[in-house]
Amino acid sequence: MIPELGHFALILALVLAGAQAFFGIFGAARGDARWQSVVRPAVAGQFVLVSTAIGVLMYAFVTFDFSVLYVASNSNSALPTFYRVAALWGAHEGSLLLWAWILAAWTLAVAFASRNLPPSFASRVMGVLGFVSFGFLLFTVATSNPFERIFPIPADGRDLNPVLQDPALAIHPPLLYMGYVGMSVAFAFACAAMLEGKLDQAWARWTRPWTTMAWAFLGVGIALGSWWAYYELGWGGYWFWDPVENASFMPWLVATALIHSLAATEKRGVFKSWTLLLAILAFSLSLLGTFLVRSGVLTSVHSFAADPTRGLFILAFLVIVIGGALALYAWRAPMLKSPAGFEGTAREAFLLYNNIFLVVAAAMVLIGTLAPLIADALGTTPLSVGAPYFDNLFPMLMLPLGALVAIGIHAAWKRGQLGNNRARVLVGLGVSLLIGLALVYGVYGASKPLTPIGIVLGIWIILSSLFDPVDRLRRKLSLPRAIIGMTLAHIGLGVGVLAISLVESYSVERDAAIAPGETLALGRYAYRFESISEVEGPNYDAARAVVTVLRDGEPVTTLHPEQRNYWVQRSTLTEAGIERSWNMDMFLALSKNVGGGRWSVRAQLRPFLGWVWLSAALMALGALVAVTDRRYRLRSAANEPALAQGSAAEAT
Amino acid sequence: MTPRQQRMVTVAGILVGVSAAAWLGFRAFESNVMLYYDPTDLAAKMPPANERFRLGGMVEKGSVVKTSGTLDIQFLVTDFKHTVPVKFSGILPDLFREGQGVVAHGRMQSGTFVADEILAKHDEKYMPPEVADSLKNNPPPPNLPAAKTGGGT
Repeated sequence: MIPELGHFALILALVLAGAQAFFGIFGAARGDARWQSVVRPAVAGQFVLVSTAIGVLMYAFVTFDFSVLYVASNSNSALPTFYRVAALWGAHEGSLLLWAWILAAWTLAVAFASRNLPPSFASRVMGVLGFVSFGFLLFTVATSNPFERIFPIPADGRDLNPVLQDPALAIHPPLLYMGYVGMSVAFAFACAAMLEGKLDQAWARWTRPWTTMAWAFLGVGIALGSWWAYYELGWGGYWFWDPVENASFMPWLVATALIHSLAATEKRGVFKSWTLLLAILAFSLSLLGTFLVRSGVLTSVHSFAADPTRGLFILAFLVIVIGGALALYAWRAPMLKSPAGFEGTAREAFLLYNNIFLVVAAAMVLIGTLAPLIADALGTTPLSVGAPYFDNLFPMLMLPLGALVAIGIHAAWKRGQLGNNRARVLVGLGVSLLIGLALVYGVYGASKPLTPIGIVLGIWIILSSLFDPVDRLRRKLSLPRAIIGMTLAHIGLGVGVLAISLVESYSVERDAAIAPGETLALGRYAYRFESISEVEGPNYDAARAVVTVLRDGEPVTTLHPEQRNYWVQRSTLTEAGIERSWNMDMFLALSKNVGGGRWSVRAQLRPFLGWVWLSAALMALGALVAVTDRRYRLRSAANEPALAQGSAAEAT
Repeated sequence: MTPRQQRMVTVAGILVGVSAAAWLGFRAFESNVMLYYDPTDLAAKMPPANERFRLGGMVEKGSVVKTSGTLDIQFLVTDFKHTVPVKFSGILPDLFREGQGVVAHGRMQSGTFVADEILAKHDEKYMPPEVADSLKNNPPPPNLPAAKTGGGT
């Protein structure tokens, strides 16, 4: 009976989402306060109902209710409780439910936070969110009911896919979805602005914190996924340019452009239509990401079993949402004027360059990702685009962008006056050249041509970010959180450029077949295969090796890589042994017994790989600090009377 | 420079940048596209020598030969009409099995496909879409499981 309650709650939530969309959008259009008053209760009701549904499914997982098909397919009586909870979003139906729930939560947050906004605007924002929610709930109820029963009831479940049985998985999808779905808030703000036909600097100020938060979640979600792939897929490497990775990376690139464009719109009132377009694009790419992952149309290492017919529904939804938003844009955007001009070296200009590079990079990734689909649609020979395409092109776009960041940070709004800051630019460049080249040629030795460029740039970005806050501290000026946040995020970017340059240039890798007692040399390091034994986990058994890592002949650490064999799905899984020091990841993956007492292994050394994740953490931390800036709170309170007046005038 | 001239310079700069990016993009794209072949395609028309491409099909049952104590492995990829011998030295994905779908990247060398990468799969029921298509055109004998993309997981 209980699972049916969940199903029932979902259907009710669908109805409420429809009401929220209808009364939100048309209530504002008619200026009908009674219609608009329906919206907030609908939002709250929807959140309660979707929470009920997700709670029911979680209960079914925790209590081993194998009469529910989804539970039977993704759980097992031997599965530990922690993974039974995480299994909820381990496959298609549950992921969708999670998507819908996160959307309901974001909308609830908007409903609370939008009390200071003009009522018709808030109502439109929630109406658009209701429409998105309606689409997703309809999709869930119509094609992917997670509460479907199975008869006869199986004695035990088919277990969760072993690669998903990992702590990082428990948080990777929810965080990623927080980012994806968070983009729907920026999208709703953009649609509401277009429906109102009015976009002012206050609009940008409301939109900024939401977009920044969504961007931070998306970044952390991607970084966690990359981290998880690094140690769980077993083969080392943190980024494969896989379609599913690209699907999450494209919205991130566009969202990065969006938060910068929003800054210019807020401060200077420029780039209005461009900002709207980016908000539409960021959300469209989030939907596209969901579509790519869930439809299985692309060959990907992430393609868990997927169903093409479901893809069709998402595709139709995608067309309606993107098509509708773009039509609205074509109709309304010409009404928005960006009055202020600016010079080619002003901060606005640098933000524009930033946007160009980021959007071109996103387009580049999009082309590489969708080329196989396009070739398929044209009926030519199936093709795929290899990682070298991305590896060659991405630095070509990101390195100039890095230089623009290092210079543009010093630029002032409106008037370039870069002349006054020329000293800062040159000092920063000089110092980073000194440190960077010493690092490349003194410590690590020459490598690829891009190596010194990337390393110098990374250091330069970090130094450039520090000039302004240090200067403010020295002159005892205030240091607003917005600036601290921006500085942290830019330092994060610099750390990322630096770390990726080091990892890509100085990693070493070797595959070999070795027997216990033998040693595998790798640069200054060596891996000594000590022994191997059988161990047993809760739902698997494993061959577990003991491997000593030596540096210059001295033992540094001991790794315990495993080759696991999960009983229920009869699948093997490589659990790599990884030890991390501040500047080096020592990695060893144990594969199969290849006979003769030898085991195939992959050994890797990746310098500064940990700093790649640090970079993502710094960016997210920066975002978090920036959204707590006082002006988002103070001004909205100060503006309240004026806004209330404005909307009263509008209502009459 | 007047603001107008300055804007023209900016626009020209952007145009040059975008064209350069597009040109680089197309070059990188062209040189990195890998075509997909199944054994029947290969029997009909060999790709140019030394071209790196993707080969897909099923790992023929009983065809896997490993050299003990090394990373070397040989097997046959089949679409139930034609077969292609494949050589690989390296670490196989966890889900590499006889009788299951596989996609390999590599080059033809004197009649043997020398793979430098064997594509990892995450899921036993997952079949790369191209392989599913190949097998749809060349249905397997009835005693083998029918090819399908995905499953109900």
